[in-house]
Amino acid sequence: MQTSYRSSARILLPVRPWFIACSLAVALLLNLLPTAASPVLPDWLALVLVFWSVREPRRVGMGLAFLGGIAMDVADAGLLGQHALAYVLAVYGGGALSRRILWFPLAEQALHVLPLLLLVPLVQVVVRVIAGADFPGFGYFLGPLLATLLWPVLTFALLLPQHQPVDHDANRPL
Amino acid sequence: MEHQPPPFFKRGPAPLALLSFYVAIAVALLVIDARLQALEVVRQALSLFTHPLQQLAHLPAHSVASAGDYFVSLAHLREENARLQQARIEKATTLLRTQQLEVENERLRKLLGVKERQQASGQVAQILYAARDPYTRRIVIDKGQQDQIAAGLPVIDDAGVVGQVTRVFPFVAEVTLITDKEQAVPVQIVRTGQRSVVFGLGNGQLELRFLPANADVQNGDVLVTSGLDGIFLPGFPVARVVHVERDTSYSFARIFCMPLAGVENFSEVIVLEQRPPVALPAELTAAAGGREAKAAKSTQARKKRLRRE
Repeated sequence: MQTSYRSSARILLPVRPWFIACSLAVALLLNLLPTAASPVLPDWLALVLVFWSVREPRRVGMGLAFLGGIAMDVADAGLLGQHALAYVLAVYGGGALSRRILWFPLAEQALHVLPLLLLVPLVQVVVRVIAGADFPGFGYFLGPLLATLLWPVLTFALLLPQHQPVDHDANRPL
Repeated sequence: MEHQPPPFFKRGPAPLALLSFYVAIAVALLVIDARLQALEVVRQALSLFTHPLQQLAHLPAHSVASAGDYFVSLAHLREENARLQQARIEKATTLLRTQQLEVENERLRKLLGVKERQQASGQVAQILYAARDPYTRRIVIDKGQQDQIAAGLPVIDDAGVVGQVTRVFPFVAEVTLITDKEQAVPVQIVRTGQRSVVFGLGNGQLELRFLPANADVQNGDVLVTSGLDGIFLPGFPVARVVHVERDTSYSFARIFCMPLAGVENFSEVIVLEQRPPVALPAELTAAAGGREAKAAKSTQARKKRLRRE
């Protein structure tokens, strides 16, 4: 059985650590693209971090989130620690809700993930407003909505390497 | 001997403990960075890791742009060349006389005993990209510590003042634009000679603050740097007044200006060299020295008082 719209619960091969590392690196690169200044695009790193924290809470934890957040802060020229704080909180939520979220079909999983993803810009807005900046407008919160729509696609794409062949054939290499 | 369970289910510290640990570090970083600005070295060290990644991410856009440049049609280039030639000839009348005027100005200033005007010089830098942070107006240029760029240097382009270097990394530097909310530039209105300070509003406009409601300011007035800050050389165009609101219920007029430089465009800028510090007259230096000594004495006295208590 493959991952489908109805269900993501199936027996998968164990995840390879290098694949997690690669997906996080690609997400960081996507975040640094010059187009990323538009607020409508999702925060890819937050999305992938939350995804792995839900799927593999024992492999992707708050340490990785903190490191990724610090990297984003330096690249973003923001306050040092604002992304780190937001990512750590989101990943903690993902890890804590992991067992509950995975019980649901993909659409409802996405609904569960939405508040976690909204937490990321919310924490940053609060931090920056306390530090004396202006509210940047509600367009800033559009990214998480799009990221939520991408959840089923992301689940399918990132779990692809763990799919088992449907028919077991001893002579087939994969 | 006490019996220990085998470490089958070892999971490290509890999630809540880890969470409080990381949140504490993040909040500490935030406070230190926002209040004390003491983390520039950490930032520079981390930038050695993130800047290559950023360059990698910007590579596709750059290559597309350069490919576009390569295929620009001949006709377009010819037209541009003709336009530039014409502009050069039109400017020549004023430019040719500038040299003579500067010499004359220097001579007259000498006659009057006024200090000579400082020559502006600097190095050209390319704008790499705008910083992603939506709360600030910053750009990143391709010159850094390697090219002797230092924090605080003024940045201009062909039309006027762009901003000021605020952070320097080994190979790049961050420039805060004059439209940023925390940037202020001391200016002078060309028409009247009135001095004031222009503040960024954060939305691409500037505001001239603390001018009385009946101040002589009109739409279209040009503001130039006054040079009183000791950073910007005097006379660089900064902004043009676009809207004046005079409300009698406030004691100050609200004056909105648009920057003259292509502040939000992507092009080349010039980072000016540091202005040599202007020496104070002898009596003022003595007064300043006295004040410093007095301040030092008062802090010592405060410390003593604290110790006594």
